[in-house]
Amino acid sequence: MQASQTTVDPNEVAKFEAMAAEWWDPNGKFKPLHMLNPCRLDYITSQIAGEFDRDLSAPEPFKGLRLLDIGCGGGLLSEPMARLGATVVGADAAERNIPVAQVHAEQSGLTIDYRNTTAEALAEGGEQFDVVLNMEVVEHVADPLAYLTACQQLLKPGGLHICSTINRNPKSFAMAIVGAEYVMRWLPKGTHEWDKFITPDELFALIEQAGLTPVDRKGFVFNPIFWTWSLSDRDLSVNYVTASLKPA
Amino acid sequence: MAYDSDILIAGGGLNGPALALGLARSGFSVTVIDARPLRARADDNFDGRGYALALASKRLLDAIGVWNRVKMNAQPMLEIKVSDGHAAEGPSPFFLHFDHAEIEEGPMGFMLEDRFLYRAFVDAMAEDERITIISEDSVIAQTPDATGVSVALASGRTLRGRVLVGCDGRQSGVAKRAGIKRTGWGYGQTALVCAISHEKPHNGIAHQFFMPSGPLAILPLPGNMSSIVWSETDENAARIHALSDDEYIEVLRPRFGDFLGDIRLSGARFTYPLNLTVANQFIAERIALVGDAAHGMHPIAGQGLNAGLRDVGALVDVLTEARQRGEDIAVQPVLERYQQWRRFDTASLVAATDLTNKLFSNDNPLLRVGRDIGMGLVNAMPGLRRSFIREAAGLTGDLPKLMR
Repeated sequence: MQASQTTVDPNEVAKFEAMAAEWWDPNGKFKPLHMLNPCRLDYITSQIAGEFDRDLSAPEPFKGLRLLDIGCGGGLLSEPMARLGATVVGADAAERNIPVAQVHAEQSGLTIDYRNTTAEALAEGGEQFDVVLNMEVVEHVADPLAYLTACQQLLKPGGLHICSTINRNPKSFAMAIVGAEYVMRWLPKGTHEWDKFITPDELFALIEQAGLTPVDRKGFVFNPIFWTWSLSDRDLSVNYVTASLKPA
Repeated sequence: MAYDSDILIAGGGLNGPALALGLARSGFSVTVIDARPLRARADDNFDGRGYALALASKRLLDAIGVWNRVKMNAQPMLEIKVSDGHAAEGPSPFFLHFDHAEIEEGPMGFMLEDRFLYRAFVDAMAEDERITIISEDSVIAQTPDATGVSVALASGRTLRGRVLVGCDGRQSGVAKRAGIKRTGWGYGQTALVCAISHEKPHNGIAHQFFMPSGPLAILPLPGNMSSIVWSETDENAARIHALSDDEYIEVLRPRFGDFLGDIRLSGARFTYPLNLTVANQFIAERIALVGDAAHGMHPIAGQGLNAGLRDVGALVDVLTEARQRGEDIAVQPVLERYQQWRRFDTASLVAATDLTNKLFSNDNPLLRVGRDIGMGLVNAMPGLRRSFIREAAGLTGDLPKLMR
């Protein structure tokens, strides 16, 4: 089955443009994602460059790579990947995000194939990618193993799967739910359910069960003084990211 | 919408070309717009102006392919001697002595005449196909929008880029048009700048005498020549500048002392009013300010160009890093990183330079005793002295990659 290609209704363009502006406002509703984005991109780009032997200082280093961004939202990761030369499919289960992302990609002069679909539906359709980005999604799905298995099926042999999520411990509860949702109001209340959070060991086990080989994991650590995020080898206590490979 | 270049640079002095070369080496296309004819300053006569390049600045010039074009004309600064002087009294016995042998990185800096540096920049830019130079033209209007910035030139041409960088000095038109206000104050002092030739060798030693009317810096140039930066009250400076060359040397001689033997003027004399002007913002939509456009400071210790080159290194780092991540290089969060990095450094440098000048340009006897004891103390403590040397060499703080 081919997922439906959403086309933007001209009457709704203004509305979508306003929503795109909201998604892409660094001080707006999605501020926490914008703050985290450079750090996520550093991890993603270095993993892809390392795995596929690409030189990041070259123009369009990811040319020839087919990449899927699951839960693409407004395109905060899809656009940088397209800018680096990758052929990008951005998938989001929320229908309203698709025209918003399309409008913004057009403003940025980028070609991205945005689709209102899910990983499972794409896997059923037999789509294949070199890279699957699975960022801050797994903590929201009902059946993580089924979901990660679909991610595995979407990869070509030797393909790279990058998955980030939130750890489950008292600190992550304090930071991600009490801090981000209630104190800072960065995220709407109810964005996260703590019991769906997954520890790094649990995630590695799920990834292996799904048929992938975990190769790396790092923490995203927030510095409250400089208000910046950085990668950490040791501190995976709240936000963390993993890389895994589909056996060739 | 096509871009003429990724980056448009207004101003072709020294920071503009340095930025163009640094960005081009990272793969960006660059257009430099300069009001002057291309080789206006690159004639063969020494005009008396020179720069004290900190070691970190030398490293940046090395990284952008300029240093190998000027190194044969550069004078290493091996030692710096700082003393509290009174005209005709000679320097006070307490002085600071910084010797490069105390740090492992080599000389603290280099003296270089303006004519060699500018010519090297022009030659290096001509060899890089990613750099376009538009001479004898200037930016008269700039319009940022969602995807870039359009720039109108006096000639009627228009250019489009992703970012416009103002390297257009302390009167920066780019900053003015972007609505960026400046904070500034004068010191009531004017710097008299010239070069002298002298009988005895300087042995690579730079001197700074703090006099009540303002500091006098003697900076070693190749051969038996030195560059002089002599600060006086505005009134004195105007009077001294009006003197004939012979009379000028007569006035300088007692302040200078006789440690280099007889002295003679070499090249032209310049005056620069000392004032401080800092842009309230270093960035605006699709715009960044570099060098004096961001912070014109007191040229004590030659920190003006050195601070500008630090801006250059930081902006190259920020834009290169953003591009390698796939970010849109010209959005506010990216430019904000540059501003955050440079504003912190600038604020501390401006404050330190300002304080040093206020502390030393003063004849209050109590203050004089205090600062003499202070200098003696710093001199007596090797750890503290070494940290001053590293500061003078520009090796402290968060260094851009091009300076490491």
